[in-house]
Amino acid sequence: MPVMRRRDFLIAGAVLGAAGLGLGGCSSYGGSAQESAGGEAGRHWGFVVDVEAFREKADLDAICEACHSAHNVPRIDNPKEEIKWIWGEPFEETFAEYANEHMGESLRDASVPVMCNHCEEPPCVRVCPTRATFKRADGIVEMDYHRCIGCRFCMAACPYGARSLNFSDPVDYLETVNSEYPVRTRGVIEKCMMCADRIDKGLMPLCAEASNGTILFGDLNDPDSEVSRALEESFAVRRRASLGTGPSVYYIVKGGEQRA
Amino acid sequence: MLEKALRGSKGYYVWVGLLLAGIAVGVAAYANQLMNGLTLTGMSRDVSWGLYISQFVFLVGVAASGVMVAIPYYLHHFKTYGKIVVIGEFMAVAAVLTAVLFVVVDLGQPMRVLNVILFPTPNSMLFWDMCVLSSYLIVNLVIGWTVLGAEKKGFPPPRWTHVLSIVAIPLAVGIHTVTAFLFAGLAGREYWLTAIMAARFLSSAFAAGPALLIILCLVLRRSLAFNVPERAIDSLAKTVCYAMIANVFFYLLEVFTAFYSNMPGHKAPIEYLFFGLDGHAQLVPLMWLAVVLAAVGILLLLVPKWRRSHKTLVPALVAVFFACLIDKGLGLVLGGFVPNSFEQVVEYVPNPNELLVILGVYCIGALALTVLCKVAAGVRAENGDAATSETAAVEDSAARPDAADGAREEVPAA
Repeated sequence: MPVMRRRDFLIAGAVLGAAGLGLGGCSSYGGSAQESAGGEAGRHWGFVVDVEAFREKADLDAICEACHSAHNVPRIDNPKEEIKWIWGEPFEETFAEYANEHMGESLRDASVPVMCNHCEEPPCVRVCPTRATFKRADGIVEMDYHRCIGCRFCMAACPYGARSLNFSDPVDYLETVNSEYPVRTRGVIEKCMMCADRIDKGLMPLCAEASNGTILFGDLNDPDSEVSRALEESFAVRRRASLGTGPSVYYIVKGGEQRA
Repeated sequence: MLEKALRGSKGYYVWVGLLLAGIAVGVAAYANQLMNGLTLTGMSRDVSWGLYISQFVFLVGVAASGVMVAIPYYLHHFKTYGKIVVIGEFMAVAAVLTAVLFVVVDLGQPMRVLNVILFPTPNSMLFWDMCVLSSYLIVNLVIGWTVLGAEKKGFPPPRWTHVLSIVAIPLAVGIHTVTAFLFAGLAGREYWLTAIMAARFLSSAFAAGPALLIILCLVLRRSLAFNVPERAIDSLAKTVCYAMIANVFFYLLEVFTAFYSNMPGHKAPIEYLFFGLDGHAQLVPLMWLAVVLAAVGILLLLVPKWRRSHKTLVPALVAVFFACLIDKGLGLVLGGFVPNSFEQVVEYVPNPNELLVILGVYCIGALALTVLCKVAAGVRAENGDAATSETAAVEDSAARPDAADGAREEVPAA
């Protein structure tokens, strides 16, 4: 039996150690949601919302219901602990920098649909210490609920209030559970995922589908898409675009007279 | 050396017993939070960080105690700090330990905390904060423990501890800077989005850390007969004074920028903190209390006669400490969330369970500090370096005449 010399033993040890380091490096990426849900590169999915179509709160309720029931979003009455993926806010609070006392009724009364803006430069992704939230190649900002440690850095970083923490077990607040979609556990963050699973199957996000054309969805990179054409025709604003986040949700404001 | 923490006076046992009871209460409250979630805190979707993170931010500052004695001692050979440098380091250890525990109890999914290491993310400031905080903790513990061990055996400390002490200095600057960067880099939060945030963190840390260190030294002198030279206390008090003046100055810079520019987003949090906004004003009395404490503290520290008398020094240090706690703990974290993304004010009211968890975490930190200081005092007593009432009196009288103070200061002038 050959006896291993000290030098060989050390070399073998170093090789094993290096291999271990290499494997360690691989394992930290293995199975990451970022790789398993890449999205189609070159696409940039986005929404175009017709603000003045949302004069009544009821206009939005059906859309929110379609989203929240399909995605097992719990209904929590305490406004401090609410989970919200899409909801309505008054125009002057959503667009504080554009609102003024002279604006017409159609804007004053509007309940603007707000959701995750799926930013081109998402602050939440920048601050997340575990890459539990990440941006896909097609621009969708996603969440890995199994990796999130619930530090809420993303909630502090998001300038849109789009992120919710499960302060308690969300299952307690679900009347019915859609078994097609995962439920979350307490202590993790969640938000609108732009129906990435539906988009991957070639379907529209549920809010756009339920909106009767008041929320358009499409590829902002494709000049012939419905969203690109709508933006070419009308003036649109984005929420707090001056922050450099590059929101992918556009809001068309035509002015009441034009619509009458 | 640890055995020195196992034996003590009756008062020592009572103190440790109280801390253990506090820890037990905190652990029970935390178990409750683990079972029921963060709903047992006052935090909300609008104010998503509360007292836990504000204690974390403040305690990172307290950890500056180590470096404020280490820089003069190791870099400028200011020998007066020789007796207390180990206490500064041990206080930094306890402060960082407590700070990190506050981050852990703040997590929604604490079992997954190692994901921060498993998926290292350099673009997240939290990752860097973990790196500098753990390094600073380990470095201070290793230096303090090794130097004390050498002292016990009557040997000079190994050379590498000196090198490590110099490594600790940029690390100390790092913990405050990176913790400030957690806040200063967020585009939507105007109160935090300021280039002097890190400078404010450093100045407030250099005030609050040494302030607590002096109080701790006085407590140790009285309870464990720990030898603390009076001159060291006076020099540290000067540090506290200058740092606190810088801290208040930096805050006034923020106020000027916000109000002269008249930008609503920058004004709103300051208005909320000092005058109330949209009828919400729960932090107003506390913020004005901080203003009064800061003013009184600085005044008492500025006048040499008051600074040198313990009757006025201790209240001054307590005032500075709590002014920093309110400004950097409560005001900074809670004020940053006001108004929320929809221009609304949502207030934060801590939950009783949350307060019990905070009590428990502070008791853990205090126990760590007690044990470390007891060991240090035990080693000194064994080596016959205890401050008996006579030696303390001698130190006192030595410090009083200005000649003793000027002895060192004359050197550069000559």
